[in-house]
Amino acid sequence: MTRELTYGLAINEATRQMMEADPAVFLLGQGVNSPWYVGNTTTGLKDHFGPERVFDTPVSENAITGAAIGAALAGMRPVVIHPRMDFALLAVEQIVNQAANWRYMFGGHTGVPVVMRAIINRGGEQAAQHSQAFQALYAHIPGLKVVMPSTAYDAKGLLVAAIRDNDPVIYIDDRWLYTYSDDVPEELYEVPIGKAALRRCGDDATVVATSYMAQEALKAAAELATGGIEIEVIDVRTLKPLDDALIFQSVAKTGRLVVADAAWLTCGFAAEVAARVASEVFESLKAPILRVALPDTPAPMSASLEKVYYPTAKNIVAAVQNLLNR
Amino acid sequence: MQTYLSIAPGITTAISAAELRSMYIEMLRIREAEERLADMIAAGEIRCPVHLYIGQEAVAVGVCKALETTDYIFGGHRSHGHYLAKGGDLRAMVAEILGKETGCSKGRGGSMHVAAPEVGLPGTSAMVGTGIPLAVGAAIAFAMQRTSRVAAVFFGDGATEEGGFYESLNLAALRKAPVIFVCENNLYSSHIHIRDRRPADNLDALAAVHSMPAVRIDGNDVVTVYQTAREAVTRARQGHGPTFIECRTYRWRGHVGPNYDIDKGLRSQEELSEWQARCPIHSLEARLLNQGILTDTEVTRLRQAVMDEVAAAIAFARQSPYPNPDTLSDYVFAQ
Repeated sequence: MTRELTYGLAINEATRQMMEADPAVFLLGQGVNSPWYVGNTTTGLKDHFGPERVFDTPVSENAITGAAIGAALAGMRPVVIHPRMDFALLAVEQIVNQAANWRYMFGGHTGVPVVMRAIINRGGEQAAQHSQAFQALYAHIPGLKVVMPSTAYDAKGLLVAAIRDNDPVIYIDDRWLYTYSDDVPEELYEVPIGKAALRRCGDDATVVATSYMAQEALKAAAELATGGIEIEVIDVRTLKPLDDALIFQSVAKTGRLVVADAAWLTCGFAAEVAARVASEVFESLKAPILRVALPDTPAPMSASLEKVYYPTAKNIVAAVQNLLNR
Repeated sequence: MQTYLSIAPGITTAISAAELRSMYIEMLRIREAEERLADMIAAGEIRCPVHLYIGQEAVAVGVCKALETTDYIFGGHRSHGHYLAKGGDLRAMVAEILGKETGCSKGRGGSMHVAAPEVGLPGTSAMVGTGIPLAVGAAIAFAMQRTSRVAAVFFGDGATEEGGFYESLNLAALRKAPVIFVCENNLYSSHIHIRDRRPADNLDALAAVHSMPAVRIDGNDVVTVYQTAREAVTRARQGHGPTFIECRTYRWRGHVGPNYDIDKGLRSQEELSEWQARCPIHSLEARLLNQGILTDTEVTRLRQAVMDEVAAAIAFARQSPYPNPDTLSDYVFAQ
C-alpha cells in the first residue's frame, strides 16, 4: 500500500520499521527525544521502544559517535543523529579515522555498520555555525558512503538501505525538505545506495542536482519548459559511490551540463561531477560546464543576505539559459 | 602506591599456581617478541613505526587474564602486549609488522593496527584515546544484547588529556556500561613527562568524579593488576557499571623504536634503572621460585620454549608473501 507521506515522517517510519524488524538497530544522539531538534523524524519512537533504544545523549558528539562505532563492532546497527551537521564536526575524528578506515586498516575482517544522520538545517537567520552543508568533506573520505535523499520515497528507502549496509553511511537529510511529500509505500523497501534517479527527461541540457537542489531543478525545468526548453534532471541521491554512468549517458545526449549542489563552490561535489564528465564525455560537450553552488562565504545571518546566499530554481534557470545562449 | 579506594569490598579473588604460571609465560612471550622486534628495527628489517611495550607487560596480562575470550578489548598505538595477552596469534602479529599478507591485518595496518577479532580484539587505534568511546559503545551493546560480556580499553596517561576521555567516562557512568578503563600511566606522553602536562598527580580522582570506582595500583605487579581487574570485571558483569584503574608502570624503550630516549635528554638513566629494577617479569619469577611453583630448570625450559616460539613466528613472517599490488583497493567496502 502506498500513500502520501512527508519526508520527515518517511524518515520516522523507516527508523521505526527497521527497529521493529531488527533488535540490533538503535537510535542515539542529541535531541532524539526533543520536540524541536530533529523535526518529526523521531516523534513517538521513545514511547514505542523505550529510552534504552532511543537514547537522548549528553552533549558529547565525539563520544556518542565513537560509542555508536564501538556498538557496531559489537554486532549492533546504530543510527547516530547529529541534529546539525555543524555539530558533527566534533565527531569527525571518529567518523574519519575510525569508522571510515576500520575495514581497510584491519584487512577487511570487520566492518562498521553505522549510520550517521547529519541534518542540514539552514536558513532562519541561524548564521554560520548552524547552517553548513559538508557533504563534500565526507564524500572525499575512502570508506564512507554518502547519501542525500530529496524525496520522501527516497528518504525512507535510502535510510533502510543505509541501516542494512555493512559499512558506514553518512545519511544527510535536509530540514528544508521535511514538509515535501510524495507517495511512500507502507512496507519496508530499499532504495539502493549508488543509484541516481532520472527525474525528468529532456534534450537541451542536463541538470545534475543533490538534495533540495533536485527539487529546485524540477521547478526550474517546469519554468524552462514554458519557454520551450527541455532539461533532463538527475537526482544524485548517492554522492558516493557516485552513479556517474547515468550522468555520462545524459550528457552524451544533451551536450550541456549544470551541476547544482547547495554547498560551497571550491572543491565541492559539483566540481567532482564536472571533472568526471570532462574526463569521460568531453567530446559530447557543446558548452562549458556550469556549477550552481554556494559562494565561498560562511552562511550569513540576516534574511536579506540569506536570500542571495542560497541558490534556488532561478539560479538553475539562469545557468541553463547561459549555456544555451553560448 | 596504595589502593586508597576499595572498589568492591567483599570480593575475594583467589589466584591459583596454574594462573600465576600462565601469566608468567604470557609476560615472557610479550617481552621476548618485543626484544626481537627491537633487534629487527635496529637492523632495518622493520620499517613501520613500532611502539614497544617492554616494561608494561603486567598490565596487559593481568587485565586480559581477568577477561573471557568473548569479552572485547581495545588498544592504541602501543598494543602488541594487549594483542598477545588477549590471545592473538603471534605469527600473524609479526607478519603484520613486516607488512605481509599473512599479517593479522593483511599488511594494511602494521604495528599500530593489530586486530584479533576471533579472540575479542576488534582493532587498535593509533589516535590517542580514541579507543575509549569505542569500548564504551561495545559495552553498551553487550548490555543491550543482555549478555554478561564486558569491554576493556587500554590507554596511556596522555589519553586523559583528550576531551573524548571525559565524554566517554560520563557516558559510561550514565549508562552503567560494563566497561573497564585501564589507564597505563607510564609517566610519558611521547617525549613529555606527566609533570609537564598536568598540574597534579590525580588521574584516579579525575575518573572518580564521574561517579565510578577509581583506583591507582602498581601496574608492575601482575597479581595486583589481575585481582583489581577481576573485581572490576565482576562489578561490570553484575550490572554495576564502569571502573577506572590507573596502573603505574614504565616503558623501558623510547616512545617509538628500539632506543631509550636517554641520549635525546628526555629522561635519565637513573629513572630507567630504577624501573628496570622493578621488572614485572623478574619479580613474578622470583615469587614463583620462592613459592616453589617453578624451579630454575623449569624457568630455563620455559624461557627457551618462548624463544623458540618467537623465532618460529619471525621465520614464518619472513617467508610470507607481501600483499599483491592488484589488491591495493580491496577492503575499502564490504565485498
